[in-house]
Amino acid sequence: MQALTNRSKVVSKKEMTFMERMYLPAIFGGMMITLSHFFRRKPTIKYPEQKREYSGVFRGQHVLKRDEKGAERCTACGLCAVACPAEAITMTAAERKPGEENLYREEKYAAKYEINMLRCIFCGDCEEACPKEAIFLTDRQVDVYGKRKNFVYGKDILVESKENPIDLSKRQTPEVKEFKKQQEFAHNQTFDKRIKK
Amino acid sequence: MAKVTIDGHTIEVPDGTTILQAARMLVDKDKMVDAKVAPPTMCYYSKLKTSGGYCRTCIVKVTKGSEKDPRPMPKPVASCRTKVMDGMEGVNITSPEVIEARKGVVEFLLINHPLDCPICDQAGECHLQDLGYEHGLSKTRYDFPRRTFNQIDIGPYIKMHMTRCIMCFRCVKVADQITDYRVHGMLNRGDASEISTYIQKAIDNDFSGNIIDVCPVGALTDRTFRFKSRVWFTKPVDAHRNCTKCSGKVALWLKGNDILRVTGRKDQWGEVEEFICNECRFEKKDVKDWTIEGPRHIDRHSVISANHYESLASLKLDIGKQQKALSTKK
Repeated sequence: MQALTNRSKVVSKKEMTFMERMYLPAIFGGMMITLSHFFRRKPTIKYPEQKREYSGVFRGQHVLKRDEKGAERCTACGLCAVACPAEAITMTAAERKPGEENLYREEKYAAKYEINMLRCIFCGDCEEACPKEAIFLTDRQVDVYGKRKNFVYGKDILVESKENPIDLSKRQTPEVKEFKKQQEFAHNQTFDKRIKK
Repeated sequence: MAKVTIDGHTIEVPDGTTILQAARMLVDKDKMVDAKVAPPTMCYYSKLKTSGGYCRTCIVKVTKGSEKDPRPMPKPVASCRTKVMDGMEGVNITSPEVIEARKGVVEFLLINHPLDCPICDQAGECHLQDLGYEHGLSKTRYDFPRRTFNQIDIGPYIKMHMTRCIMCFRCVKVADQITDYRVHGMLNRGDASEISTYIQKAIDNDFSGNIIDVCPVGALTDRTFRFKSRVWFTKPVDAHRNCTKCSGKVALWLKGNDILRVTGRKDQWGEVEEFICNECRFEKKDVKDWTIEGPRHIDRHSVISANHYESLASLKLDIGKQQKALSTKK
């Protein structure tokens, strides 16, 4: 058969010399390489105690933010789910009842919000699509589990706790912060500002 | 018959046709004509008499009045209310002046609109969203509080968010022309005007549900569908049943095997083909009640077309049309 490329090498089966047949020099040479690695700087780190520095824009586990009053920002608009290329996000909406104003920011909220972390490719499209600044990707790693069902994260894991809010101020670039200051863009105005009380 | 030219395309239409209707006939007749040649409409509805003339979205420029009087009209005119004359020449999308004027109209329509699309059930099939996307600004210059109203339940099936209303009068005309009598209308004037039922009287009429379909925004929505799902997560299929009151031809919006919503079938101008009765719309929510014909055709530019699969035949038809368009362009 004709060769498809000109890169093929012809295998030669020439007889080994005496030095090669002794094997010992080759073994010794290999051991020297191994030995030299003992004195090099170790690339491994002791993970849980010691952590590598992450990039400022690292995209890890998601968080559903609360607003400054502690109410959930997500209104289950479904834009994250439609933007998700891996179809990892599902949600069910519900109507806010009177008296729940401090729990949910607007009249509709996500009663169920699930992200399948096995499907998620951490592209950050959900964060970009969100009109309510509710979902963000953080520098946290997704935990390891033995069962598949544990990777489907519900609201119990995704929503940040009121006591320990997750600081995202360092993750936003100065350009983004500047853009969010400009109040002439409708999506930067708070709902209170847009409507009469 | 009158010969009329819109954006360089000529068509002969019967006397008494409006410029808007002529433009739509042009698009219907010749698939090569860009569908945007027909001006967008927010208040005009071809199935409702005397509709149109309120929103000014459909303005076009008339560059030549007629064969006998070739002077141009001094200002952009509302194409839904202006009748054609023989030899008339109009420009819509090819005129930067019209685009600019329409941008102003959209800005006015959006002045009091709450922009609560993430909450609104109409999002994804809202004409104001499409219009704003196509012609609007991405920012607002309006810095004052917007007018608000309380939400009203009109009967057990219809929810009204007056805040979102753009005063198109379509629902008033439906009640006048499709149902026996009307119990709602426009109250007050100017900035304070609102659609309301007299002392919140419930609309109980067999065809009252059609005001949901004709509403171009999310001011009138289906209470049985309220917050159930976003439109683009549901699967639209054509279905029919034997109904004594209406034609029974509807579009079902399914999620799995659950019927989340029943609406009329909307054509390419966003108007229902046939008005349906309340029994079909609100009470038949079981798949067994319906004979399903097949998936509905959804325009590929719509967000609803995400994950929407249609029959091979309709896909082939679409591709065939595109190929034909390309080959004739060359």
